[in-house]
Amino acid sequence: MNLGPHAAFIVSAYAVAILIVAAMIAWVFVDHRRQRRTLSELEARGMTRRSERTGAGKD
Amino acid sequence: MFLIDLANPTRFFNFANRVLPWLAAATAIAFAVGIYYGSFAPDDYQQGATVKIMFIHVPAALLGMIGWGVMSLAALGTLVWRHPLADVAAKTAAPLGAAFTLMCLVTGSLWGRPMWGTYWVWDARLTSVLVLFLMYLGVIALWRTMDDPSRAARAAAVLTLVGAINLPIIKFSVNWWNTLHQDASIVRLDGPAIHPAILTPLLIMMVAFTLLFFTLHLAAMRNEIMRRRVRTLMIMQAQAAAGA
Repeated sequence: MNLGPHAAFIVSAYAVAILIVAAMIAWVFVDHRRQRRTLSELEARGMTRRSERTGAGKD
Repeated sequence: MFLIDLANPTRFFNFANRVLPWLAAATAIAFAVGIYYGSFAPDDYQQGATVKIMFIHVPAALLGMIGWGVMSLAALGTLVWRHPLADVAAKTAAPLGAAFTLMCLVTGSLWGRPMWGTYWVWDARLTSVLVLFLMYLGVIALWRTMDDPSRAARAAAVLTLVGAINLPIIKFSVNWWNTLHQDASIVRLDGPAIHPAILTPLLIMMVAFTLLFFTLHLAAMRNEIMRRRVRTLMIMQAQAAAGA
């Protein structure tokens, strides 16, 4: 694929886009793991919500 | 009824768990198809191969504006309908919208340098999109300054609705003012001004970016619900320790 005389600008633009998309995916993924880990630790210490103790609020 | 059904955070959480894998797969397929067609799109007669930057710049601009639109709807949900998850939707849309707006600004600059001879001009379109980016940063900062999510939600909702005036300004800036940025090429009274060979991959990439936004938004909302559960449990823990 010949990108012409301005290839550096085209490649840079796509590189920036990939970087930003990767950062967004990483943010969501890392945050999910952090929250899941903290919730597991709290639940292991016996801390649960009232609805989980009574069985209400389940779908 | 659907939105009311999802007002229960647990029900929404389960819905998100079921839907996310399908959304992620659809996003990946859309990007694969869009990038494939985009890479074989012909060069523009004036811009040459740099027209390929349009396949990321235009969708990024679209999602930057959609992000604020989602936040505005969520703000109405917070202030008017008192939907329990409206503020969750608003808070999680802000960083995503900011990221897409940043992508639009940077790719636009990289497109402008070879085409216009400059990375930046203070014309109406570029300036209004920069204002949008700064507004996103302001709303994110506002969320972070208040410890109480419900107080932060109301303040952010008001700011979001005031800032929504910028969306038509961005859209019609190229009509209202003399701008270096080109006029609308897709949504026009006499139809798109882009050849189908370039318009088709552009539309596919717009669908792909939209699916990406809503996939990440749903996942981020799920994270925020978990964060609020953690906060509740930690408050309960502190109260239990204080009472002991």
